[in-house]
Amino acid sequence: MNLLTGVLFLPLAAFLVALVLPRNSGAGRTWALLSSTGIFAASLGLLAYFDRNLGGEQFGVDVPWIQSPDIHFAISVNGVSLWLILLSTFLTPICVLISWNYIKDRGKEFYAFLLLLEFGLIGVFLAQDLFLFYVFWEVCLVPMYFLIGIWGHDRRIYAAVKFFLYTMAGSVLMLAAIIYLYVRAHTFSYPAIVDMLGSGRLVFSSQEELLLFLAFFVAFAIKVPLFPLHTWLPDAHVEAPSAGSVMLASVMLKMGTYSILHYCLPLFPGAAHSCAPWIAVLAIIGIIYGALVSMVQPNMKKLVAYSSVSHLGFVVLGIFTFEQTGLDGAVYQMLNHGISTGALFVLVGLLYERRHSLEIKDYGGVATAAPWLSTVFLVTTLASIGLPLLNNFVGEFLVLQGTALANFTWTVWAAIGVILSACYMLWMYQRVFYGELGDEVKHHVPDLSPREWAAVVPLIVMMVWMGVYSQSFLPPVTRNTAIVLKQTNVNVSYRVQAPAAKSVEVAHAR
Amino acid sequence: MQLWLIPILPLAGFLINGVLGRRFPKSLVNAVAIGSVVLSFLWVVKTLLALGGLQEPHLEHYFTWIQSGDLTVNCDFMVDRLTAVFLLVVTGVGLLIHIYAIGYMAHEGGYYRFFAYLNLFMFFMLVLVLGASYLLLFVGWEGVGLCSYLLIGFYFDKKFATNAGNKAFIVNRIGDFGFSLAMFLIFRNFQSLEFSQVFTKASSAQEWVLTTIGLLLMVGACGKSAQIPLYVWLPDAMAGPTPVSALIHAATMVTAGVYMTARSNVIFNHAPGAASVIAIIGVATAFLAATIGITQNDIKKVFAYSTVSQLGYMFIGIGSGAYAAGVWHVVTHAFFKALLFLGAGSVIHALSGEQDLRQMGGLRKKTPITFWTMCCAWVAIAGVPPFAGFYSKDAILAAAYEHSPAIYWIGVITAGITAFYVSRAMFLAFFGEPRGHHHPHESPPVMWVPLAILGVLSLAGGYLFNIPEYLRDIFPPIHEADNPALVYISVAAGFAGIGLAYLMYVAKPGMADSVANALKAPYQLIYNKYFVDELYDATVVKPLVGGSRLVLWKGVDAGLIDGMVNGVGARARDVGSVLRLLQSGNIRSYAAWVLFGGVALIVMMGLAGGIR
Repeated sequence: MNLLTGVLFLPLAAFLVALVLPRNSGAGRTWALLSSTGIFAASLGLLAYFDRNLGGEQFGVDVPWIQSPDIHFAISVNGVSLWLILLSTFLTPICVLISWNYIKDRGKEFYAFLLLLEFGLIGVFLAQDLFLFYVFWEVCLVPMYFLIGIWGHDRRIYAAVKFFLYTMAGSVLMLAAIIYLYVRAHTFSYPAIVDMLGSGRLVFSSQEELLLFLAFFVAFAIKVPLFPLHTWLPDAHVEAPSAGSVMLASVMLKMGTYSILHYCLPLFPGAAHSCAPWIAVLAIIGIIYGALVSMVQPNMKKLVAYSSVSHLGFVVLGIFTFEQTGLDGAVYQMLNHGISTGALFVLVGLLYERRHSLEIKDYGGVATAAPWLSTVFLVTTLASIGLPLLNNFVGEFLVLQGTALANFTWTVWAAIGVILSACYMLWMYQRVFYGELGDEVKHHVPDLSPREWAAVVPLIVMMVWMGVYSQSFLPPVTRNTAIVLKQTNVNVSYRVQAPAAKSVEVAHAR
Repeated sequence: MQLWLIPILPLAGFLINGVLGRRFPKSLVNAVAIGSVVLSFLWVVKTLLALGGLQEPHLEHYFTWIQSGDLTVNCDFMVDRLTAVFLLVVTGVGLLIHIYAIGYMAHEGGYYRFFAYLNLFMFFMLVLVLGASYLLLFVGWEGVGLCSYLLIGFYFDKKFATNAGNKAFIVNRIGDFGFSLAMFLIFRNFQSLEFSQVFTKASSAQEWVLTTIGLLLMVGACGKSAQIPLYVWLPDAMAGPTPVSALIHAATMVTAGVYMTARSNVIFNHAPGAASVIAIIGVATAFLAATIGITQNDIKKVFAYSTVSQLGYMFIGIGSGAYAAGVWHVVTHAFFKALLFLGAGSVIHALSGEQDLRQMGGLRKKTPITFWTMCCAWVAIAGVPPFAGFYSKDAILAAAYEHSPAIYWIGVITAGITAFYVSRAMFLAFFGEPRGHHHPHESPPVMWVPLAILGVLSLAGGYLFNIPEYLRDIFPPIHEADNPALVYISVAAGFAGIGLAYLMYVAKPGMADSVANALKAPYQLIYNKYFVDELYDATVVKPLVGGSRLVLWKGVDAGLIDGMVNGVGARARDVGSVLRLLQSGNIRSYAAWVLFGGVALIVMMGLAGGIR
């Protein structure tokens, strides 16, 4: 037992407590707020004790869980997952705050599912045993399925089922690949497998490697979502309640990108390298396509959802540059997207709570009725379109710079996405917030309440902090991505050089 | 020297007014907004005095902003003589415009918001000129774009204003696309974004690399400084309050492209191809915008096209290698164009919001101070010696002649057109009989004092501030033809323009209309700004939006991809509904299926070669 185990299991404990709370008394939301804030505090402790000067995994725990097959409860945290966990624990209390009055029926269950979701998400980022990873991966699905299916909007069932089936389709492939890996390596332990690959005790034929890579990659790419596997996302976002959208966009999508970085690259570096051009092209298509489709959406949530497709394209592109700068940018962009798109969903949710519509045409003149809400939305919009001194700029810059080092043509295409992001976001902002004040908006859209302030101020602070002083966040990331990059190269070169080296050794032995 | 104080002071002003200004009385808003700029200006003066001759650039390191792999971007500020010139122009002219705005905005809503945005603009503009690396320059570059967007759309309940704001932001983003690609290439080739490092390495780089970088930088400059083909946002930007037009869209922000290209002089010196393209774009913009300026009836639109045209002159200077002359024109233009805009604002203020020249007339007697101060700007922009515009325009044209006589001649013709349209605006507004139904009144001192100061600077600024001499170490003087005829020709062109305007609008007032009627087709073409906006709309905007909606969203996304996904779902359901029939609940049928299955299994095993 250490601090890390505590951070992982606290949400589960909070979930179990939430289940036995009295129904319909408001105890659910109070408990959720208290416990999620406590969990965030615990994760800050993790941050405090995390050694920023060390690369690699820290706070490792490894206890046997199931005897046969040999499955371990193995978790640890590295410089990338650390921030993703903090992102999850940071956003959960905010989700509770924005659901405070919005969730009216079955409140207790709602908050319980939110806590269960937090547990699953943290688990995904911590798991070091492939089977455990798969378990957490699926654990995340269940609460999100219910959050959409029960507390969603009109077409919630369609969206929830689509979300579930899409993701399941991918995870079945991944499960098959995990089992195949177990058959070959006789272990589910991720570090052990990486070690075997590095030392040459485990060698895949290139055919094998490609298939395994694709099985993992497709599962992750659906989650990201990478074009053309993205069509579940707009539906899920539109139908989900705000808190669901926030967790979905900010953290769940990062399950995909983090797993690509953490599993696909070190385990199958050869296949990753050979697929990189194809994936980069898909990512770039996603960047431009997502932005263009976003531009013509009449529905705010759909617009933000498609913009996520565009933003996550940058992340995938950055990963497949195999450049330090690109990888760092990709990770930073994961966090940035979590903050700024999360904030966008929070704010769209606040608008919906007031005006009961997500259609852009039902708004106009909000800046007159609710100036502070509009200001906060503007800052978030600017963060989202990558204005310098706000967070996204640093990530986009690093990704594009990394891409430029790898392949300048990609950069030219991807940078078009930066132009388009200004188009769709500012156009939406103009139609929603500017213009003349209509009666409906005038009477139904008050400015931020103290509770809502409490939800949005931390997000704004993070946007500025991450944009102005990236040194608070980047160094641990760099240390970890440098290791990933090294594994990617070591494992590849090994297979080329190893046979020759071995035969020399054998010759000496004789 | 605590250079950081220079931008931080206006930032503090922005934060105080932005957060608390709503509850402040106007006097407190003024104190915060003007006070922060005064302090910033004083700190600039103190710094420059303390640093003395600035023979060597003065650099200050604050913290590391971004660090990843080989890439390190520091938050460093730097002052050399080029920066010093811009610092003084930005804080000096900026201060005058801030003061003027107290009077101009006195009766407008959102008073605190206006000044908060203006202060934020000052912050970013100062970061732009102080930044010691391309990325920091880019921070200011994007930031001033944001403030421009906010201030153009200041009257945000007006659709045309917010449209203009969006247009400005998005067109600038297209320019920034080029600028950022240039930065990526710079880092790729020179492993740094810091000016000192880049320029050391650049002089030994291959020419095609530098030409590519130079052309991409030029794309960025074309956006920010409103050059062909990205100039279209600037005339629309006049939707903002007039002090904004003076400060951002005439005196400071739009000259950022000139600053950036002048700063990158090492790159352009080694990439003559890129420099020539800049000169050609500059001269084309100067000429085209000047012609449009002739036909506009909105006084601010006339000056907006004039700004585009004058920026074209600066680009001619940069492209001809006469960076110092280009920067000189930035300075003199800041004086006389700010004055023209503020004067126009004073006229508009006097006429309670009227901007149409056809509704003005005879204001010479009603608003004498405005008239006389604007006369200073008039002679300055028309290139009358020895006033400010004469010096800098002449320096540019002389350099252009050395580069290419054709550019010189078009420049001279443009100088004539410039003198004509400014004179036309002046004659229409101040001479003749009043045509509108207004009761004009002179503006309060808080507005005309800045006008008077700018008037003095417009008259004497060229003589007082010999920028090429000051920048001699950074931009060594280029060889120029010592040909006094060149000067006489361009001055003559200016006088010809003034004379023609006098003839058409004062001596024979009906003449302008008859000329327009005689030349109907070309007049309509120019009056409608060569239909460039319409062209962009039809070829870029409409296809992009329509294509995204019909082809990408409805077609690919909802039709193709979701069609396939739903198709898979539907097929799965079909299979399920067939299989469902098996679950009949009838034991005899189950037994039959078991038998059938068993037989099938045995047959298959037999076919596969039996059990071994």
